Amino acid sequence: MRSEREAIIRVEDFTAAYDGQVILAHVNFEVYAGEVFIILGGSGCGKSTLLKHMNGLYKPAAGKILIDGEDIAAAEGDDRLGILRKFGVMYQSGALFGSMTLLENVSLPLEEFTDLPPDAIRLIAMMKLQRVGLSGFANLMPSELSGGMQKRGAIARAMALDPRLLFLDELSAGLDPVTSAELDQLVLSLARSLKITFVIVTHELASIFAIADRVIMLDKQAKGIVAMGRPQELRDQSDNPMVQQFFSRQPSHEPG
Amino acid sequence: MKQPASSTVALRSLGTRDGVFTFAIEGRLDSGSAGKIWREANETVARAASKQVTLDASRIEYCDVSGIALLVQLRNRQQRAGGTFEIRDLRPEFQELLDAWGSEDPARLEGQPTRRNNFVEEVGEAVVELWKDTCSLISFVGELASALIKTTFHPRRVRWKDTLLIAEAVGVNALPIVALVGFLMGLIMAFQAAIPLGRFGAQLYVANLIGLSVLRELGPLMTAIVVAGRSGSAFAAELGTMKVREEIDALITMGLDPVRFLVVTRVIAAVLMTPLLTIFANLVGLIGGSVVLLSLGFSLTTFYHQVQSSVTYGSLVGGLVKSFVFGILVAGIGCLRGLQTKTGATAVGESTTRAVVSGIILITITDGIFSVVYYYLGV
Repeated sequence: MRSEREAIIRVEDFTAAYDGQVILAHVNFEVYAGEVFIILGGSGCGKSTLLKHMNGLYKPAAGKILIDGEDIAAAEGDDRLGILRKFGVMYQSGALFGSMTLLENVSLPLEEFTDLPPDAIRLIAMMKLQRVGLSGFANLMPSELSGGMQKRGAIARAMALDPRLLFLDELSAGLDPVTSAELDQLVLSLARSLKITFVIVTHELASIFAIADRVIMLDKQAKGIVAMGRPQELRDQSDNPMVQQFFSRQPSHEPG
Repeated sequence: MKQPASSTVALRSLGTRDGVFTFAIEGRLDSGSAGKIWREANETVARAASKQVTLDASRIEYCDVSGIALLVQLRNRQQRAGGTFEIRDLRPEFQELLDAWGSEDPARLEGQPTRRNNFVEEVGEAVVELWKDTCSLISFVGELASALIKTTFHPRRVRWKDTLLIAEAVGVNALPIVALVGFLMGLIMAFQAAIPLGRFGAQLYVANLIGLSVLRELGPLMTAIVVAGRSGSAFAAELGTMKVREEIDALITMGLDPVRFLVVTRVIAAVLMTPLLTIFANLVGLIGGSVVLLSLGFSLTTFYHQVQSSVTYGSLVGGLVKSFVFGILVAGIGCLRGLQTKTGATAVGESTTRAVVSGIILITITDGIFSVVYYYLGV
């Protein structure tokens, strides 16, 4: 049944390396349109590396990453811009531009890439901010916002052009449980109403069970995927010790 | 390029029946296409002969938040004008999206825009800023002095390894630029002076002029400005980045004094290096001057004797004392501006600029004070 679903991202025999040191080797997986896809794994396992390659920031050492059937690393000029416009990215720290107000941050992509009149841009940007619960803060500078608010602002900016695909790096890191749960709700409602596909890096177990359709787990030693599937299935059925350890939150070595 | 089959959106007016004006939007209403019909849709609704307007949304195939924004704006506009706006047959998934915004006008939720100050307030703020800056400068001088005094009693507590690395960056790495500027300064000044002095047959006295002005004034001044531009700015940028990355906070919570840990090392390095660079600049400046005199037919020995007869040890030492003080000023103000860095991406750049500007201002003022003091001391 799954093979009939439309794959919005296809990662084929992908290898990532920095200065000749291989981080991930021969990784294959697909992300289907409309699903919430979560990438898990310990520190240094290559989650961010994978995400940055999917965003087109780095070129793969080998293999391909296809977004909507197009190779992001091979595309140049307008083709590349066309692919980039299909997705939005929220970086771990938010990465809002410090010299602009929140509203200007969200308006920027709309100003640059659409022919909407200024009042329309303002309205759309305000709606995105309202969606992430920041409507009263539009005229503040990012430095005047808390970490969680910056993150929500960054999601609003990533959604500015209504992309089909959103990458969220460390969605719950640094957020309180209530905000984190609100963001989960936001992700679910966007996935449902706008059919946005989400690729999310997170460690929050509650989040994973609440929102994930499928997860993959990466490992440093294996340099690749050690488990893939629905989170409940992985927790209940996987016999992989690493997966068990993650879901039961045990340390890898007994102290002492 | 494969774009989603978007960009095809159309607006059709269906006329007024039973006092209800009806129009239809067809196709994909997304961020790429909403702009095409935004004005048209607003004008259509504004021109509608009837107070009751209905949008037939049954043929909207796709609608994202930008599209919903158009619908929200049309609805709010019509309601403000005292009419009704009904959206008919919008697909349930898009209806859900529309409902998520409720009936409030998002543009009204923007909050207070930041108020701009008027001229008087600006002036007042600038004066207060200047006063605060002076106070912080004074307290920083105190902090630095107490840290330096403690250092003289406990020299082992200085991080000498860091100090050496900084000294290399401040001193050794600055040699090429100091040499270039010093050489050209001596050369150009000698050349310019040789022309008018030649009219009086006093070309030989170019050597006196170069010797005195380079050793007393220009060598220390020029070196200090180069150090301010190269190292004062670097100190501000380093400490500023540390401040932004909360590394300074980490130092303080670990119980380490940032002034002792970061500022003292930099001040010591700069204080040791600036006089050395000045000596070097003096030498190279004299060489530059001698090139001109050699080309005018004087021998190197003549030049040497002429310089020796006019320049006293007082001039040399006076210049070096100045450069010693300039070193403290440049390093101190660079570090202070770094520690004063606020948050945000532009903050570090701002601190760097402030470090160089304040450094040069301090150097110039101090040089003036030295001139007066030396005059009364008869140096």
